[in-house]
Amino acid sequence: MRNRFDKELEILNLELIKMGGLIEESIETSAKALINKDLEMAKRVNELEVEIDEMEKTIENHCLKLLLQQQPVASDLRIISTALKMITDMERIGDNAEDIAEISKFLANQKFIKDLVHIPQMAEATISMVKRSVDAFVNKDKELALKVCKDDDVVDNLFQIIKTELIEKIQEDTENGEQAIDLLMIAKYLERIGDHAENIAEWVIFSITGEHRIRGEKI
Amino acid sequence: MSKIKIEDVNLYYGEFQALKNINMNIKENEITAFIGPSGCGKSTLLKSLNRMNDLIEGVKINGRMLLDDVDIYKDIDASVLRKRVGMVFQKPNPFPMSIYENVAYGPKTHGIKQRSKLDDIVEQSLRAAAMWDEVKDRLKKSALGLSGGQQQRLCIARAFSVNPEVILLDEPTSALDPISTMKIEDLLVDIKKNYTIVIVTHNMQQATRISDKTGFFLHGEVVEFDDTEKLFSMPENKKTEDYITGRFG
Repeated sequence: MRNRFDKELEILNLELIKMGGLIEESIETSAKALINKDLEMAKRVNELEVEIDEMEKTIENHCLKLLLQQQPVASDLRIISTALKMITDMERIGDNAEDIAEISKFLANQKFIKDLVHIPQMAEATISMVKRSVDAFVNKDKELALKVCKDDDVVDNLFQIIKTELIEKIQEDTENGEQAIDLLMIAKYLERIGDHAENIAEWVIFSITGEHRIRGEKI
Repeated sequence: MSKIKIEDVNLYYGEFQALKNINMNIKENEITAFIGPSGCGKSTLLKSLNRMNDLIEGVKINGRMLLDDVDIYKDIDASVLRKRVGMVFQKPNPFPMSIYENVAYGPKTHGIKQRSKLDDIVEQSLRAAAMWDEVKDRLKKSALGLSGGQQQRLCIARAFSVNPEVILLDEPTSALDPISTMKIEDLLVDIKKNYTIVIVTHNMQQATRISDKTGFFLHGEVVEFDDTEKLFSMPENKKTEDYITGRFG
């Protein structure tokens, strides 16, 4: 009955998977740029950010076209409005990854005041959250989306650990202060990425259930 | 408050059962929309609300339809019922007479003869149908010279003229251009504070724009009846979802 519309929705899914892939790559590359003090990697994040912005525009235009042409209702309307909300958070994640890459450029010629253990863990956790939130959307998997929301606690805990460690480093030697603040900002950007991934998962739950929870609220 | 109560209604055209066990409360001062594929029973139910099916041979109805708690098939005379429950059809059907006479016809048949009173009714009805300014200078001209959209609003004015409580509309805008459609939609929303309105429509966007409640009909049954916003955003029934998203029908 509605082959064309269904095909368009499939294309929308593919576009979101592609944008999700770019974001995962962007977080991963920014973390590598930091850990390996690799300026090329940091530049690559800038390029990815441009691609992510373009992808956001493409998906936004696609969604607006579908709203205009198909006048969707019920699950179709929820899917398209969710896609529109998701890409805003996805684009912000791209910005945050770029912010991390910018700081990593400053740190590239410095000796780290501590081994970077928890920051890579945070990056890994947020990449997984982003990947699963997009998967949950494509597969209409509410349970997976709920897990993503829960996993934000892991990221928040890692942030607290890093913060405590960095305070100790500053207390040990005030010379550590500047780098400690840079590293804290990186951790904060990763914590924000976790929040954006949680937002995405919350919109995915809306697309399935029709109910949008407020952050932290149990469903 | 429920203006109309439909209780366990079954309707048969001969052997064919067109309505199956319909139960529904239609509220006062609300617009209720009936949607569903052709042949699903929505127009049949609409017509039975002012007993338009009485004249069709072989029609059998059981169950109860109540208007203000009075059984419309047992305790109200059909002509009295039709004064209280007006009907507007898909195709504008003005009488081949002047605009004025079209609107005055109903009140005249109900015994109003005084010219000044008829003048008042015609003006009020045409104003209520948002077309007084368009036609006030040509009231004596034939109604057949009006555009399709004007003819349909004239039919709505004609329905107003006998001061009904309920207005039934069977796809009233399906033959009209977007501007005329919008005028009629605005009109219905404006007047619902004084009436109970039931509209059959194939235009689902129209149902979402103007109605408070929507009933989805399929094969003579009411599959889902709920607040319009709920039905079009998060329908309970998969059949409703499939129909409104165009997966069948």
